[in-house]
Amino acid sequence: MKKVYSNAADALDGLLFDGMFIAAGGFGLCGIPELLLDAIKDAGTKDLTFASNNAGVDDFGIGILLQTKQVKKMISSYVGENAEFMRQYLSGELELEFNPQGTLAERMRAGGAGIPGFFTKTGVGTVIAEGKMEKQFPTGENGAMEDYIMEEGMFADLSIVKAWKADETGNLIFRKTARNFNAPAATCGKICIAEVEEIVPTGSLDPDAIHLPGIYVHRIIQGDHEKRIEQRTTRTREEA
Amino acid sequence: MAWDRNQMAARAGQELQDGWYVNLGIGIPTLVSNYIPEGVEVTLQSENGMLGMGPFPYEGEEDPDLINAGKQTITELPQTAYFDSAQSFAMIRGGKIAMAILGAMEVAENGDLANWMIPGKLVKGMGGAMDLVAGVGRVVVVMDHTNKHGDSKLLKECTLPLTGKGVVDRIITNLGVLDVVEGGLKIVELADGVSEDELRAATAANIVS
Repeated sequence: MKKVYSNAADALDGLLFDGMFIAAGGFGLCGIPELLLDAIKDAGTKDLTFASNNAGVDDFGIGILLQTKQVKKMISSYVGENAEFMRQYLSGELELEFNPQGTLAERMRAGGAGIPGFFTKTGVGTVIAEGKMEKQFPTGENGAMEDYIMEEGMFADLSIVKAWKADETGNLIFRKTARNFNAPAATCGKICIAEVEEIVPTGSLDPDAIHLPGIYVHRIIQGDHEKRIEQRTTRTREEA
Repeated sequence: MAWDRNQMAARAGQELQDGWYVNLGIGIPTLVSNYIPEGVEVTLQSENGMLGMGPFPYEGEEDPDLINAGKQTITELPQTAYFDSAQSFAMIRGGKIAMAILGAMEVAENGDLANWMIPGKLVKGMGGAMDLVAGVGRVVVVMDHTNKHGDSKLLKECTLPLTGKGVVDRIITNLGVLDVVEGGLKIVELADGVSEDELRAATAANIVS
């Protein structure tokens, strides 16, 4: 089966529908599926729900889909860098569900692993716990009971992720901290499209060094990435 | 007289123990990396998927694929390991990270922590803070003792929405160091030139002797 597609629009063909739920990789602007987001903008698909740790900035990442009002709801842990996001949220045009960052990652991982719910200490005693099932487990010192809340696994219609390299069968290798949410996000969609910087011939990646096996990846595209830096921080040579 | 930001960070550095894996929050906690005591080796975790966080890169060597949880460009070290966000929070939730040093808006005498939202103001989100305080071995808060109106940030009860319930172990402020103990806060140390009376007067939380 051929997994390599010529471009993002081609790879998305037949998969997009209004009101769909998309899980996206990336942390800030690092490792975001920028080409696929562009192509979703061009496709004009509406009422999208995105599970993504952040919402990009105004003119990059998921931010471009906010400009075109294609997003109905965001499930995120931190959305601070986006003025249009805040405007739409405060005016009630955009729904927002905050998930603690680790809970969001685990919801994706769990969904991809066929686990519809799990218990976590994260958020116990906070607004995050409201309306959620609570249960105690003997995880404290000397078997003392501790409080947990149930969080649900995430099952997306589509996963869009960014990786560094893929082979033609979809085995993926990420690079440095650009791995972030891409691995868990890739697993929780019915279909996963990966955009990569390089597609190499099958057999040329070290099987021991694959970060995400191709079983999770259905379509692959290669393209040029802007890879914008959100906060450029440096030190001067003199300090060294 | 009281501690300034760097002195607070230096005092927080004294909390670090050799061999620990530690997560530093944004703000003053980030400065703690400049004050790791001689002979103490700690590995800094960045919750976006990295152990062994290095300093900022030299100009021209910034890598868009290598950032910290504050989205700043950073560098790697010889012992660096990368992993995905699910594994990052698995090690946080699993208690493998010995300590988190975090900033705060309010801390209550029972260890409740509020540092993620002010109702009616712009809400940016909790990021990884709720996971960190629920999962790491020890939570140390570094913050100013009072807010810009001069009101105590150490309270009987938090007024803001909580990040975690009963999660704080120690508080380092510009006035001194306090531990969360049975019945309230216990003074561990006074900042240079600060009297116990001054610290008590600036504290709304119950102080136990």
